[in-house]
This record gives sequence, C-alpha cells and structure tokens, in this order.
Amino acid sequence: MSGDEPKKGKGTVFVRAEVCKGCSYCIDFCPTHSLEFSREFNAKGYHYPTLARPEDCTGCDLCGLYCPDFAIYGVRWKDIEEKRQKAAQVAKASE
Amino acid sequence: MSEEMGLEMEQDLERECALENPVLPYLRQDRIPHIWCPGCGIGTTVNCFARALTESGMNMDDIAIVSGIGCTGRVAGYLNLDSFHTTHGRAIPFATGLKLANPHMKVVVYSGDGDLSAIGGNHLLHAARRNMDLMVVCVNNFTYGMTGGQVAPTTPTGPTQTTMPYGNFESSFNLPALASACGAVYVARWTVYHVRQLAKAMREGLQKKGFVFIEALSPCPTLYSRRNRLGDGVDQVKYYKERSIVKNGADTKDVGLTYQGDIVVGKFVDRERPTWMDSMNEHFTKVLGNKFTPYGVENGQD
Ligand SMILES: Cc1ncc(C[n+]2csc(CCOP(=O)(O)OP(=O)(O)O)c2C)c(N)n1
Ligand code: SF4
Ligand code: SF4
Ligand code: SF4
Ligand SMILES: [Mg+2]
Repeated sequence: MSGDEPKKGKGTVFVRAEVCKGCSYCIDFCPTHSLEFSREFNAKGYHYPTLARPEDCTGCDLCGLYCPDFAIYGVRWKDIEEKRQKAAQVAKASE
Repeated sequence: MSEEMGLEMEQDLERECALENPVLPYLRQDRIPHIWCPGCGIGTTVNCFARALTESGMNMDDIAIVSGIGCTGRVAGYLNLDSFHTTHGRAIPFATGLKLANPHMKVVVYSGDGDLSAIGGNHLLHAARRNMDLMVVCVNNFTYGMTGGQVAPTTPTGPTQTTMPYGNFESSFNLPALASACGAVYVARWTVYHVRQLAKAMREGLQKKGFVFIEALSPCPTLYSRRNRLGDGVDQVKYYKERSIVKNGADTKDVGLTYQGDIVVGKFVDRERPTWMDSMNEHFTKVLGNKFTPYGVENGQD
C-alpha cells in the first residue's frame, strides 16, 4: 500500500494495534502464514501482527475469527473494491 | 515503509470504504478492550457466536443472552443484545423464567464450566431433563478462572490447581455425556481451534428447538496452562489442534477428557423431543380440552 505498490494477494488485513494483546493466535493459525509480529510495540507493550507476506493473504478472515481481542480482520480485495465503489456513489449522490 | 505508516494507511482505507470488523456490530464497543487476559480463548468463542448470529439471519431483538459469574460470565455484558449477568450458578433458572415469560424469544445461556456444572450443576440436569428450549454455551477452561484457579468439576485428574497443590486426584465430569443422559436434544463439543465448526454448531443451536448444549474448550493461560507448565494460550490451542479427533455421532460415553490426552470433538447428539412447553400444552389440552388456551403458540413459539 505504499507508493511503489507491493505485490497484492487476494486480500488484506486491518489491525487495531492498540487493543492487541500479542497472543499470536492470528499468526499461528493463519492458513497461509502471512502474518508476523511487528518489531514495534503498542502502548501496552505488546507486539502486534503485521502482514509480512501480503502476496499470500487470501482475505479469508480466519485471523479475525481467531483473535480473542477483536484486533484484526481480513477482507478480500474484491469486496473492498465493491465497497469503495459504493462509498464513492454515496458521496456523489450527496453532492 | 514503517509499521506505523502501514497502520495509518490501513485506517484511511477502512474509513474510505466503510470497512469494519464483522464482530464489532455485536459488541458494546464502549466496553472494549475487555478484561480477558492475553491468550484467553473466551473472546474467540465470542467471534464464533457473532458469526453464528449473522448466519442464522435472526432478528437481534428476538435473542437474549444470560450469563452467570466468572470470566466467561462477562460475555453477556460485552454483547450488544438483551443481556443479563445473573448470580453465580443461576444463569439457567433465570433463562428458564425469561423464556417462559417470552416464548417467542431465543434465550442463550453463555457461561463457564464452574458456573454451569459446579454451583449450577443441578439446574443443568433439570433443564436438560425438561427439554427447556434454551441454548447453553459452556466455555470449559478446566478451572475457576475468575477466582484464581481453584479445582473445578471439569479439571482432569492430574494438574495442579490452587486448591489441589499436589495435583488433582478427583475424577472430572464428561459434560456431553451428562447433558445427553439428562435428555438434551443437541450436544456438541469443539475447541477454540475449531472456529468454523464452533460457529456452525452455534448457528445450528440457535435454530434448534429444545435444550442445546455446546461445550467449547478454551485455554486459561493465566491459571491453568502456565501453572502447569503447559505454555501460553496459543500452546493450548496447538494442543487442541494436534490431539483433537473429529467423531460426529460418537457415543458420549466415550468422549471423556484426560489431562493433555486426546480430545474427541464433534456433534454428538441431534434428535427431537417435545420441549417443556410443548408437553405442557399437549397435556393440558388433553386434560382440560377447550377450557385451556395453549400458551405461547400464537405469539410465535413455533
Ligand atoms: C454464590 C457464589 N459463590 C462463589 C462465587 C465466587 N466465584 C465467582 S466466579 C467463580 C467460578 C468461575 O468459574 P467458571 O464458571 O468456570 O468461569 P471462568 O472464570 O473459568 O470462565 C466462583 C467460584 C460467587 N461469585 N458467588
Ligand atoms: S485474512 Fe486469512 S490469509 Fe489473510 S492474514 Fe488473515 S488468516 Fe491469513
Ligand atoms: S490474535 Fe489478536 S490479540 Fe492475538 S496477536 Fe493477533 S491481533 Fe493480537
Ligand atoms: S483468568 Fe483465565 S479464563 Fe479468566 S480471563 Fe484470564 S485467561 Fe481467561
Ligand atoms: Mg472455567
């Protein structure tokens, strides 16, 4: 998601780093091993997950189903694009 | 790109596309972050329950959730449903009253192994015997989590607990066998490793009429696994993954648990029996004829 677009997989994850407790459920049970612990800490001193291999993420949201702290979830790019278009339409209609 | 920058871009994309974690609409978000320890599995069962609610297609106004006391007992307070946090062990009798006064509602009891099978054990037996139309989710972490890790009726023989400093010498309950012997119409056991299966069992439970008992094995790293040198929550979930054997339809007599031994998981019982209310209506209709108006039928029990 930076200027020099990294290779995209079929999906991506969203992390709320501030509520993560670093339990590693998402990292250990991601079926494609796409996640790794960040080097950085959150305010409570936990390492949170980052998408280390975006090209492998399928957006299956199994990480979201595992996370006991509701701190991560996965989405398919296909669904993101759909939502993006919908959001754009809504914005246009309200202009 | 730094990790913090990555997170900021994620947040922008979330905002732009109105994306949201699918569990959030079911939570009282002002109460999050929750009190559960790092690596506690209770939150994972909540994700499964949220998924089951979505997939059931039910109206959230028709579902009530009742918990007793304990770490698991906190679930009712975090869910954005009609929630009741009752006294220790009394979730099932409270839920029974709630159901009888509101026959159109689906009433879910969500509580811990200690709450449901120790102090509340008798209520469990009788609600199953009566086939009361309730869904019970029992989060079994083999211990009294909230009060400091005392031995529970579900603690397997062997591990150390606060009140069993030399290891537990008692035998433990086989909860699916107990629920089934008393007459539950749906009995399943999964672990927090089996998130999809647990969510499916909960969805089936929501749609089943009669007494449903779902046991969800879940780590208590703070007071069970670490105390017994079994590692953290994630290590317990790995143990569930490695030692679980799926046996749908297994005889519940054969699914007892041993300390760190094999875990039989699956849907064990799925049968039909008249519920308590069906039996009452049938009986009084037979005895009293026209003088009796069946209760809870026209306002949508069926
Ligand atoms: C009448 C009464 N007795 C005892 C207690 C103390 N107490 C609170 S929670 C609990 C046990 C909780 O164990 P469990 O139901 O397994 O829930 P967990 O915390 O493990 O999720 C006990 C004994 C109480 N609150 N009320
Ligand atoms: S969405 Fe699926 S593939 Fe992507 S990180 Fe999460 S669990 Fe892994
Ligand atoms: S499962 Fe959730 S709490 Fe645990 S490390 Fe992953 S994001 Fe953090
Ligand atoms: S004490 Fe055990 S059951 Fe309670 S929140 Fe902590 S890990 Fe979970
Ligand atoms: Mg317990």
